[in-house]
Amino acid sequence: MPFEMPSLIPVLPELFILTMTCVILVVDLFLKDEQRVISYGLAQVSLLLAVCIVYLTSSSEAEVIFYGSVIRDPMGDVLKVAVYLISAGAFLYSKDYLLDRNLFKGEFYVLGLFAVLGMTVMVSANGFLTVYLGLELLALSLYTLVAFDRDSIAGSEAAMKYFVLGALASGMLLYGISMIYGATGSIEFQPVAQAVAETGMDNMVLVFGLVFVVIGLAFKFGAVPLHMWVPDVYHGAPTAVTLFIGSAPKIAAFALAMRLLVNGLEPLHADWQGMLVILAVLSMALGNVIAIAQTNIKRMLAYSTISHVGFILLGILAGTSKGYTAAMFYSIVYAIMALGGFGIVMLLSRRGFEAENLDDYKGLHDRSPWFAAMMLLLMFSMAGVPPTVGFFAKMFVLEAVISVNLLWLALVGVFFSIIGVYYYLRIVKLMYFDKPVDNTPLTAGLDTRIALSVNGLMMLALGMFPAAILSLCAAAIGSA
Amino acid sequence: MLALTDFLMLGAILFSLSVAGIFLNRKNVIILLMCIELMLLAVNINFVAFSHYHGDAVGQVFVFFILTVAAAEAAIGLAILVVLFRNRRTINVEDLDALKG
Repeated sequence: MPFEMPSLIPVLPELFILTMTCVILVVDLFLKDEQRVISYGLAQVSLLLAVCIVYLTSSSEAEVIFYGSVIRDPMGDVLKVAVYLISAGAFLYSKDYLLDRNLFKGEFYVLGLFAVLGMTVMVSANGFLTVYLGLELLALSLYTLVAFDRDSIAGSEAAMKYFVLGALASGMLLYGISMIYGATGSIEFQPVAQAVAETGMDNMVLVFGLVFVVIGLAFKFGAVPLHMWVPDVYHGAPTAVTLFIGSAPKIAAFALAMRLLVNGLEPLHADWQGMLVILAVLSMALGNVIAIAQTNIKRMLAYSTISHVGFILLGILAGTSKGYTAAMFYSIVYAIMALGGFGIVMLLSRRGFEAENLDDYKGLHDRSPWFAAMMLLLMFSMAGVPPTVGFFAKMFVLEAVISVNLLWLALVGVFFSIIGVYYYLRIVKLMYFDKPVDNTPLTAGLDTRIALSVNGLMMLALGMFPAAILSLCAAAIGSA
Repeated sequence: MLALTDFLMLGAILFSLSVAGIFLNRKNVIILLMCIELMLLAVNINFVAFSHYHGDAVGQVFVFFILTVAAAEAAIGLAILVVLFRNRRTINVEDLDALKG
């Protein structure tokens, strides 16, 4: 086989992020502590430039390079841009929080950018090997970030739990991949899909492989019954890291599911649909019910994540391009909502004080009417109250599920999201109808305030014009 | 002559041992790390066996990547373990109960 230098244009955004991460790693060595803001600035600039590069190199044709292991297609482009922008938002919100706790280190941005790189590698994967490498790059960076506050007891315990369970899930996923490789003789998605279509479900090895892959996937999503790590990690990690884990990786998890189940194992749709139905119903039920019992807002948002994951799975299991579009829309919208929600948690925290308990939100309206209104919009959106965007995200998913004759599943979804409304509205009640317990003024900088306002108003604006993102998703899925 | 199924059985036994180890072990976090390594090695046996059976080198290339990632994973796992021990003065699995709810 003659060696050809492949065209590197389709992977230019990933190469750029990789280069910049290494540059930041080196530059950071030569900076004094008070100059640390340069690393932060470089990280933000590289994320924004990566968005430009994706925009410039995008086309409606899918290109496969590196002997079939990497793909660049419109779905990948949209998801990459979403990952970059949401990670940039996460870095912006966490700046003040990290400064207040002496955690404002270059390593945070280096690890964060490596995680971003892992997510985009997953997004552009066209084979099991690429998926695995992207997944591990993301996971290893996140384990380290969770333990980022070295003296925090909760942080190190959460990191250990996350590490052990995460490695277990990777092992399951790999075991499944090895079975699929054995049954089909390939690790690229198109030949696998072809071979699967020919043999069908008669092959026991393939069934085995599919089950293990779905288990690994459910863990990475944080779907019930493999959700145990989510509340502990969200609770134990520094809030800046919780914000990061809770937002962009959900988009990456969606990409992972699309690549593995749809690109690779589409012919087995009837089989994985049943498994995803169980995961989705359990996630929506358990997530929404247990969230009610929480007094810590980070744990509450963790259980709310689990229930939202149930909805994303609903869209995927519909198995139509309408369903995939709805799930993609949902995961992007959810990432924006989570960004805002944890952004408010960090806004209320200050040096030596974490606004972790629900009681800390009492009377927020008296302390800062504007940010109480933003939190109101975010909570309404998570609960799915029209005209916020969360309502449309839920509606599109339910529509897709109904159109494949799974009416009962849509009813279950509606039922549990009604239960979910209770705990979102409880926060609104605390903010508007209770007296504040402490009256310390909010100390956030101007950049955080503006970004949070934009984030909150986005819920309303996207709710008025959901087509802005939806048409992007539809175009991306339609040609995928 | 060993058949493909023999290797798959070995892989499956090692894999189940490691999963059982992760769930049954309530004493020592280091044993958890060892179980995770064992799990990845069980997967490697599968890959090599299938690769030989198909006469296709891709499976063995995959094994090299798994070995590399496993090394990185072990490094990070041990680093987290050191941080944990410094903070808690214990690596007993049962003592890791600060986070509940």
